[in-house]
Amino acid sequence: MDLKFLDFEQPIAELEAKIQELRNVESDNNINISDALKQLEDRCEALTQSIFANLSDWQISQLSRHPGRPYTLDYIDHIFTDFHELHGDRTYADDPAIVCGMARLDGQPVMVIGHQKGRDTKQKIYRNFGMPRPEGYRKALRMMRMAERFRLPVICLIDTPGAYPGIGAEERGQSEAIARNLFEMSKLKTPIICTVTGEGGSGGALAIGVGDRLIMLEYSTYSVISPEGCASILWKSADKAQLAAEAMGITSDRIRELGLLDEVVREPVGGAHRDYALIAANLKDALVRHLADLQQRTIDDLLSIRYQRLMGFGAFVEEVVK
Amino acid sequence: MKEQPEIKKMSWFEKIVSSTIRTDASNKKAAVPEGLWNKCPSCNAILYNLELEKNFNVCPKCEHHMRISARTRLEMFLDEDGREEIGKGVKPTDPLRFKDSKKYKDRISQAQKQTKENDAMVVMKGQLKGQDIVAAAFDFNFMAGSMGSVVGEKFVRGVNKSLEFGIPFIVFTASGGARMQESLFSLFQMAKTSAALTKLAEAGIPYISFMTDPTMGGVSASLAMLGDLNVAEPNALIGFAGPRVIEQTVREKLPEGFQRSEFLQEHGAIDMIIDRRQMRDRLAAILAILTENKAIVDAALNQVESSPELDLVPDEDSLKPDSGQKD
Repeated sequence: MDLKFLDFEQPIAELEAKIQELRNVESDNNINISDALKQLEDRCEALTQSIFANLSDWQISQLSRHPGRPYTLDYIDHIFTDFHELHGDRTYADDPAIVCGMARLDGQPVMVIGHQKGRDTKQKIYRNFGMPRPEGYRKALRMMRMAERFRLPVICLIDTPGAYPGIGAEERGQSEAIARNLFEMSKLKTPIICTVTGEGGSGGALAIGVGDRLIMLEYSTYSVISPEGCASILWKSADKAQLAAEAMGITSDRIRELGLLDEVVREPVGGAHRDYALIAANLKDALVRHLADLQQRTIDDLLSIRYQRLMGFGAFVEEVVK
Repeated sequence: MKEQPEIKKMSWFEKIVSSTIRTDASNKKAAVPEGLWNKCPSCNAILYNLELEKNFNVCPKCEHHMRISARTRLEMFLDEDGREEIGKGVKPTDPLRFKDSKKYKDRISQAQKQTKENDAMVVMKGQLKGQDIVAAAFDFNFMAGSMGSVVGEKFVRGVNKSLEFGIPFIVFTASGGARMQESLFSLFQMAKTSAALTKLAEAGIPYISFMTDPTMGGVSASLAMLGDLNVAEPNALIGFAGPRVIEQTVREKLPEGFQRSEFLQEHGAIDMIIDRRQMRDRLAAILAILTENKAIVDAALNQVESSPELDLVPDEDSLKPDSGQKD
């Protein structure tokens, strides 16, 4: 079993391994079996399509955390040019779980801010599994303020299990750091486009997620608590995460139905991890489009529309009281 | 974990009773008995209810601040006259048709029956020692004071009322965090409430966050930490992540007094700790200081604007060059 593949991806993995084997046979023995290969490749494509046509919410949740999924620095590589990373909150430390920097999007100067996860064990620990501490959020806020000063639009890429639940994080005011970002982003005088690229984990995601547009990649998720966390509280067992994932409606399509989302960016067949270049191109297209749209607004309009949008969040009924 | 999913504990009879009628045994325990006597959960002292109420529900033996309902809090805090409730008709709905071991709808109606409130927040305009004020309070008895759409909306209406009249806004928090059953709608209440608070800051209207036991998660990481003054009651549990989650993550014992008010003050997160029995006196004095000079300046500015003889900007005509000098 290949650990780089999720359990429901295993049939695809097996077929692909077979194709690779045949290719090796072909080149080693100098025989021509390209017809058979082509057939197998078509079958593999069809199999992937059929598996991905009926994903459960829980499977999508697993895809959003796929070990091969592109992370912020991968998107920066593929989408932006002229990237200059900026470090530190100028108060306490630099948090590697959030990456910030200036860059160009389709030639236009922007500020990029995103969660960053690690690929191998060492990197995972260095990036703290993409779970920021307060200094990460404060670094992000510092860059947003700088973006406001120099009229740079802000592009946020969200992919975190959540803000880090640690002793030091609490001591240094994790709550305040998140709250301050929500407060400041709601009135930041520059366009903000937020994209959930992987896991949108609760307050830790929202802390760089308030803006004028919200985009989600097809197999990303966004929720108030992780399915495991929800299950352990409401079902008293983390094993019920599948049920919790269904109940909370955490997928891009469900969230779009609820009216909380501007666009779902479609992923390559088999998920973003199968083709970095393609998902990056799709996302770039969406970012450029939304940015062009937002830049037609005056700052006053931008802020008042953003405020109305924020005030519109919520589902309740009202009864006339005498 | 030893705890079994509750469905397994049920007898066949309980299973056929619809979840609407079913009540959890654990919830019965949590309800305060309507007796003459009460027991302090901290020092176990047996206390006479009337005496306890006179002492603002603070244990006279160990000073433990007991949890109180939103309405009790506001009645305790505001002057008796001139109270007016805001957003009374706002009620929860179930946008996701959420169901765990119990339907969200049933949890709502059970909490409504138990607390006699529509949701976990009560907001009132009233007076504090004669000073006009808007006050909001979380009700921890209503689904652990969790913040969903109704709490967010009522909070914003409170903020708007305070903007309309130019009077201070104060919130008493007591919440486990965002309400899971409304998923993303709840999460976005953090952004909604925080955004509304920017308007108070712009208008120079004081906002005081008065945190009581407990103030956690999404409520702590939004409206609670954004006060001009962040105040807490003694020994309240305040933090982002719950102590159990942190303990499981870092695998070490948490320091003594971790995430308690005194710990937060020591680490610079809150301005002060105020004993419930002094809250009226202290907050009235603080708000008087915060509002006094601004009121004088605003009044002076109003006078300047409304009296033409004090107009310092020359009118357009006098700025035009004399037509005779044109050539």
